[in-house]
Amino acid sequence: MSLVSPRRGPGLDAPRSTGQRSNYELYAWLFMRISGIVLVFLVLGHLFIMNVLDGGVQRINFAFVAGRWASPFWQIWDLVMLWLAMLHGTNGLRTIINDYAERDQTRFWMKMLLYVSSGFIILLGTLVIFTFDPNIG
Amino acid sequence: MATAPVGTLYRGREGMWSWVAQRITGIAVFFFLYVHVVDTALVRVSPEAYDLVIATYKTPIVNLLEVGLVGAVLYHALNGLRVIAVDFWSKGPRYQRQMLWVILGVWVAVMIPGTYYMMIHTVEALFGSTP
Repeated sequence: MSLVSPRRGPGLDAPRSTGQRSNYELYAWLFMRISGIVLVFLVLGHLFIMNVLDGGVQRINFAFVAGRWASPFWQIWDLVMLWLAMLHGTNGLRTIINDYAERDQTRFWMKMLLYVSSGFIILLGTLVIFTFDPNIG
Repeated sequence: MATAPVGTLYRGREGMWSWVAQRITGIAVFFFLYVHVVDTALVRVSPEAYDLVIATYKTPIVNLLEVGLVGAVLYHALNGLRVIAVDFWSKGPRYQRQMLWVILGVWVAVMIPGTYYMMIHTVEALFGSTP
């Protein structure tokens, strides 16, 4: 196996972070580990209840959702899971874009697209949990 | 083949491939999450709209895809815990390879009954229930 520099060109010779230093990447790294541990319980619990327990996905319908979200426990569970999973995934994709998109312009616009779509999904999910109406329609 | 560099955790062999798989499963799960929030949002449209989209989850092909999704999430979770052990446990880097085989063993042990319970209804619907 030959040793190949992960990014050719000026990338490694001219690091972008000159001047002020920030701990942003350290906090992002730490957030991935802390949110990851919480998500192991929230997401695997969610998957077990929804896909395995009592016939799994076959029993899920509007009435099932209404029954669950009548309880603040499941509302909070889903809200925390939504926010942590979206932030964890968005930061993961941010890292991947930073790794593979070589042109500054490409990197910038891909991250903008990522942040706008993630913001939209977090907002939509939060709104749905808080405004759910079991008597709709 | 040249010898692999000594002491590098992430280049070649188990260390690198577990990292590649972590990225691929992460991307797949994240894109599914977008779709899943949108399909759940249909509860704000009408019960009929929600039940209609959930019905697609109960079809055989999507049911099989769900098993794949659960497999991806489970790998990402278990390997994520392994990465945390590598980062924070003083002996983590030394045992990273053994830990990978342990989590792969756990993955298989969970996925066998998991696949059974997730697919049982689909298999019975397709091939008829056994007495």
